[in-house]
Amino acid sequence: MKSLIQKVVETLGPSGYESRIREVIRSEIEGTADEVHVDALGNLIARKGTRKANGRRIMLAAHMDEIGVIATHIDENGFVRFTTIGGVRTINCPGSRVRFLNGTAGVIGVEYLTNTYDTPGFEQMFIDIGVKNKEDSPVRIGDVAAFERPFLDQGQRLVAKSMDDRIGTAVLIEALRQLDGSPHELYFVFSVQEEVGVRGATTAAYGIDPELGLAVDVTGTGDTPKGLKMQVSLGKGPAIKVRDAGMLADPRVVSWMVAGAEKAKIPYQIEILERGGTDARAIQLTRAGVPAGCLSIPCRYIHSPSEMVDYEDVLNSVRLLVALLSEPIELQAV
Amino acid sequence: MTQNAALKALKAPRVGAAQLKLLERLTNACSVSGDEGEVRGIVLEEVRPHADEVRIDHLGNVLAMKSGSGKKALRVMLAAHMDEIGFMLTHNEDQDDGIFRFEAVGGVHIAYLPGKPVLVGKEHVPGVIGAKAVHLTTPDERRNALTIDSLRIDVGPGNSGKVKVGDRAAFATQFSRVGPSLRAKALDDRLGVATLIELIKNVPPNIELRAAFTVQEEVGLRGAKVAAYTLEPELAIALDSTPANDMPAWDDTENTRYNTRLGSGPAIYLADAATLSDPRLARHLEETAAHYGIPYQLRQPGGGGTDAGMIHKQRAGIPSISVSVPGRYLHTPVSLARLSDWENTLALLYVALVRLTPDILQADR
Amino acid sequence: MTELKSFLKNLISTSGLSGYESPVRQLIETAWKPLSDELNVSQVGSLQAFKRGQGVEPRPSLLLAAHMDAIGLIVTGIVDEFLRVTEIGGLDPRVLPGQIVTIHGRKDLPGVIIQPPAHLLPPDNRSGPVELHNLLVDPGLTAREVKRQVRVGDLISFAQPPIEINGDVLAGHSLDNRASVAAITHCLGELRERPIHWDLWSIATTQEEETFAGAYTSAYQIRPTLAVAIDVTFGSSPGSPSHKSFPLGKGPVLGWGPNIHSGVYKAFKELADRLEIPYTTEVMPRHSGTDAYALQVAAEGIPTMVVSIPLRYMHTAVEMVAVKDIKRTGRLLAEFAAGLDDKFMDELSWDD
Repeated sequence: MKSLIQKVVETLGPSGYESRIREVIRSEIEGTADEVHVDALGNLIARKGTRKANGRRIMLAAHMDEIGVIATHIDENGFVRFTTIGGVRTINCPGSRVRFLNGTAGVIGVEYLTNTYDTPGFEQMFIDIGVKNKEDSPVRIGDVAAFERPFLDQGQRLVAKSMDDRIGTAVLIEALRQLDGSPHELYFVFSVQEEVGVRGATTAAYGIDPELGLAVDVTGTGDTPKGLKMQVSLGKGPAIKVRDAGMLADPRVVSWMVAGAEKAKIPYQIEILERGGTDARAIQLTRAGVPAGCLSIPCRYIHSPSEMVDYEDVLNSVRLLVALLSEPIELQAV
Repeated sequence: MTQNAALKALKAPRVGAAQLKLLERLTNACSVSGDEGEVRGIVLEEVRPHADEVRIDHLGNVLAMKSGSGKKALRVMLAAHMDEIGFMLTHNEDQDDGIFRFEAVGGVHIAYLPGKPVLVGKEHVPGVIGAKAVHLTTPDERRNALTIDSLRIDVGPGNSGKVKVGDRAAFATQFSRVGPSLRAKALDDRLGVATLIELIKNVPPNIELRAAFTVQEEVGLRGAKVAAYTLEPELAIALDSTPANDMPAWDDTENTRYNTRLGSGPAIYLADAATLSDPRLARHLEETAAHYGIPYQLRQPGGGGTDAGMIHKQRAGIPSISVSVPGRYLHTPVSLARLSDWENTLALLYVALVRLTPDILQADR
Repeated sequence: MTELKSFLKNLISTSGLSGYESPVRQLIETAWKPLSDELNVSQVGSLQAFKRGQGVEPRPSLLLAAHMDAIGLIVTGIVDEFLRVTEIGGLDPRVLPGQIVTIHGRKDLPGVIIQPPAHLLPPDNRSGPVELHNLLVDPGLTAREVKRQVRVGDLISFAQPPIEINGDVLAGHSLDNRASVAAITHCLGELRERPIHWDLWSIATTQEEETFAGAYTSAYQIRPTLAVAIDVTFGSSPGSPSHKSFPLGKGPVLGWGPNIHSGVYKAFKELADRLEIPYTTEVMPRHSGTDAYALQVAAEGIPTMVVSIPLRYMHTAVEMVAVKDIKRTGRLLAEFAAGLDDKFMDELSWDD
């Protein structure tokens, strides 16, 4: 599975410009689904199976977009001013490298700072693409770039600039390959524009009209020095989301997921995230409402160019997903 | 054939005396978000003779359908918002003196309020937003910006009975032409409304036009949400007005954050805070402009949002983009736009519609 | 009243910044000519209208002064399509953004005062009010055309058209102090068919907002027996302290303080009481802030009085006055002029 992970994390695909990663995923899932289509916003939707009498129509969503930057101005000396796509943090920018969709690479520089204690704002930064003037610039207003950093395999731990949420797409791809004989009509959605406000999942969910929804995304951890106060750690299994800033997970879905993990003897953690949100939020609010939850993969340094996950957590996420979806589902009031 | 001749051959609508007169009527009308009746009246009067069907929905949007004569027409939604920023009276502070507290409706630029005239209520009762005489202010006071809490709308002694708490107020600036420019309040988005009216009057045969004159854009794109759900288009274009911050910097260094520039043509959106434009539509607009020699500019990606922000998320997703006429000082009493930018916006939109085929949606985004 | 109001609307629609009063002076001259026996213009541009008295010579004279100059802006620089400016008269920069103006360039051009977005301002002026030298005026023209039409030193007037709030209330710029010019005009109208004993000089003064140049020089030249400055004062309005502001529509305001001769004050007060003209009194502990400050100390010194018209939102483009206050002021001045006789100066004394 590591080669699949490397392939998806190294592909460019900032929000709104997901066509390359979509093609990579499309070829990875070729032959595994009954039907594959791309909707109006660019979500890649793969259906597997039809709804049996004891089955449900289920939407699974992992977003294939990543955070990035977009050029706003090329100045007279060829420096590219930019703004962000999604939750890029200023602190991670200076010295970072970015790659535009047209192949141009650049490094992020900063105006001279009189006070080096303050983090500069994006408006004080620029991308140096190595040209001398505006006329020579292969970049123009509106060109989009993603952060560039090679995939790092530390053995147990894996690091990449886009674990959020390519690791979720890898989990979905792997689950799609492994699932066989599910009673459910499963829609694997590789969604777009999550990082700018769960926009892709919003329209995909409307189109699919699911009876149950599950997002597969990363979540933060509390296991780094003086880190976030949060009881989720790397290596202790997939996290079952109870809440985040955008959603209260359906308690019936939470208990179904917990029971499934226990039954399959897969380690799991309970996640309460005080910031952020996932595609599950969009699914939950679709049409007349949908029971929704989220399977989270613990991840350190989210939205930095070096996001880290635990390989065992990834494998267990696939196992848990396959176990959950192979059986009929009974949601019980809690 | 020259590019100009090519444009002429397509019979693109132009901005003439009648269109300017209409824009004048539209900008002088008062339609603060939630109270769009006055502009709605003008819109209905203008589009009813031309549309196949016109209706007003539950929020007050005007929805106008007009099909081109061609077969396999593409269902296109065009949206322009009728509402403008303004005020609502919240408290009558002095029964005899005509002095009212008020709150802003939409993103009013507060620094532009003191010393400006307003029109209150449906009867356009004149009033002013005064400011304490400079002679009576302390140096400390002058160091602080005036807040909306410290300002009042004054309709004058003896006029309290003509207005009431809950009435809306709009800026009182009257439309004027200034050299190559247009000067008025609410150019955001009466320019879009005027453009859309012209397009309804000139629908190309290959288009099944679903026009939405929306309400409550300035308070959260609320009208567009329900309009797009109802109209179910195959693609959508929001027609709006976007800031031109193309003034010099204080130290004469290069202004790298101008958003758009006056006189550089229609602004095509690639990304704002609410929408990542459909690249297929962006490409189509750019190619069209280049092909016909219509000047255009790419709006600097960044904040802000248009009706497209709601439209593209409706139902199973609607490929969307925005095109704006650039305007300086939007959300103030006096906005300024270039006539040539409006003309080029109208031309670009018309020609882009003429060249639009269902093929555009065949390729994946 | 309609006639007076339309004259006033004309007055405030005509430019006449401090030091550059000639456009409005011509308008006033046209109005005053039929009401005066003689008219001339002083060395510094003040309009001086004379109405001959019927008393025996040498006749005492009364001088009425209202300044006709207005506040505004002047061009200090041209950058691309935009103008940099500074003030003429005292302005609060906080009321300027969004203000429509007339740029008196090679020809009159419409413009608007604007506040650039924060990132285009100096770092120390990005929060709080934007200072005047950081505001810009946009004439809405191309850079080429701006360069052709505008030069450094060109004047800029407010262009807010008059606003008829209702039949009696008018709002607009320069009502400070064109309202008082209208009051003198009303006074002269009242006196048209009425013989007066003293000579009467009516002066539309210049440069009050900057240096009081008009009042100093006319008082010195004419050497009146008595002088009255007519100006506006603060109308009751939100934020204005109640002890320094006066209700609109409740009549003229009589000034009291070191800048005012207590005997003349008393005479005005008794006259107003007798005529049943409502009035209020404004205490002016120091400088009256009016032409009276200059009139009082001209040559050997002159007994002076200040009569004011309440006005809301002074030095904004939406100053507000009640027309009936202007008329009452004019009538009070006319009755005062008509009531002056040979004995008045003999009986005038410091009220101590």
